[in-house]
Amino acid sequence: MKSAVLIFPGINRERDMARTLKLMSGREPAMVWHADTELPPGTDLVVLPGGFSYGDYLRCGAIAARAPIMDAVRAFAGKGGLVLGVCNGFQILCESGLLPGVLMRNAQLRFLCREAFLRIERSDTPFTRGYNAGQVIRVPVAHGEGNYVADAETIARLEGEGRVLFRYTTPDGALDPGWNINGAINAIAGVLNDRGNVAGLMPHPENHVDPSIGPTDGRGMFAGLTAHFAQAA
Amino acid sequence: MLRGGPTAPAVFEDSAMKARVTVTLKSGILDPQGKAIEGALRSLGIDGVASVRLGKVFDVELDGADRQRAEAALKDAAERLLANTIIENYRIDIVG
Repeated sequence: MKSAVLIFPGINRERDMARTLKLMSGREPAMVWHADTELPPGTDLVVLPGGFSYGDYLRCGAIAARAPIMDAVRAFAGKGGLVLGVCNGFQILCESGLLPGVLMRNAQLRFLCREAFLRIERSDTPFTRGYNAGQVIRVPVAHGEGNYVADAETIARLEGEGRVLFRYTTPDGALDPGWNINGAINAIAGVLNDRGNVAGLMPHPENHVDPSIGPTDGRGMFAGLTAHFAQAA
Repeated sequence: MLRGGPTAPAVFEDSAMKARVTVTLKSGILDPQGKAIEGALRSLGIDGVASVRLGKVFDVELDGADRQRAEAALKDAAERLLANTIIENYRIDIVG
């Protein structure tokens, strides 16, 4: 799997992401600067990592979403290329129109830096094939604006088309307002675009891959993506 | 000749146009910051506040004096960057 990690000013999780991609796919990702206008030839997966692009000025991800490289990402996604956004990366994908909805201030108004439990809603996508549908994973979150919002029609479409990939739940996988950490509509933690090739989520699976520092529940995502391309090759 | 101190802003009265773009949350969108401000006003003992919604104001100086062009540029700016029209409305006022 040939991956590319985008770097915007103010992003700070790109090394975590690169390390995980290397660990899980065996291949060093290309690091791509926001002012570039092209992705490296042969890129399989584009990843927008977490951080605070442009200091979250205006709205989280708003300015990064208009960076020159995003035209290349849009073209890449238009041809069916896989794009993953994590945390600020998810916010950037929403701001750029590649994913529906928007991430608003956490309902409790507090920055959350903790672990969350995510229920995998379906396993038949390249992003989730490393898991079983209904499986609950434990992953870190670190965000102030992760409260997923979209209009009622968009939410109905996402739910109807099975495009909610991850939800905040109890450790047993039950929906509970007390475990919906940021107040997101329908406890949505991550979504998929209509074509099934662009996904975003607020939590950080890339931080739970190394047994020497704790749980490894995030491995499934990157193992699944790697397997997806190994099979395609 | 020196006019004004080093911190005086560069104002070109003849050619510049000023505008204000106001961005507000659409109704129905939860505004936790507005809610927190509402609570703080209540705790200050300020009476009669039914609700508060937080928005943004952009004061923009424009080159040139063509009003129509300015309005078109500001609409473009609001649609493409200043507002996220999924959750926000915007209003453009040319103020001088």
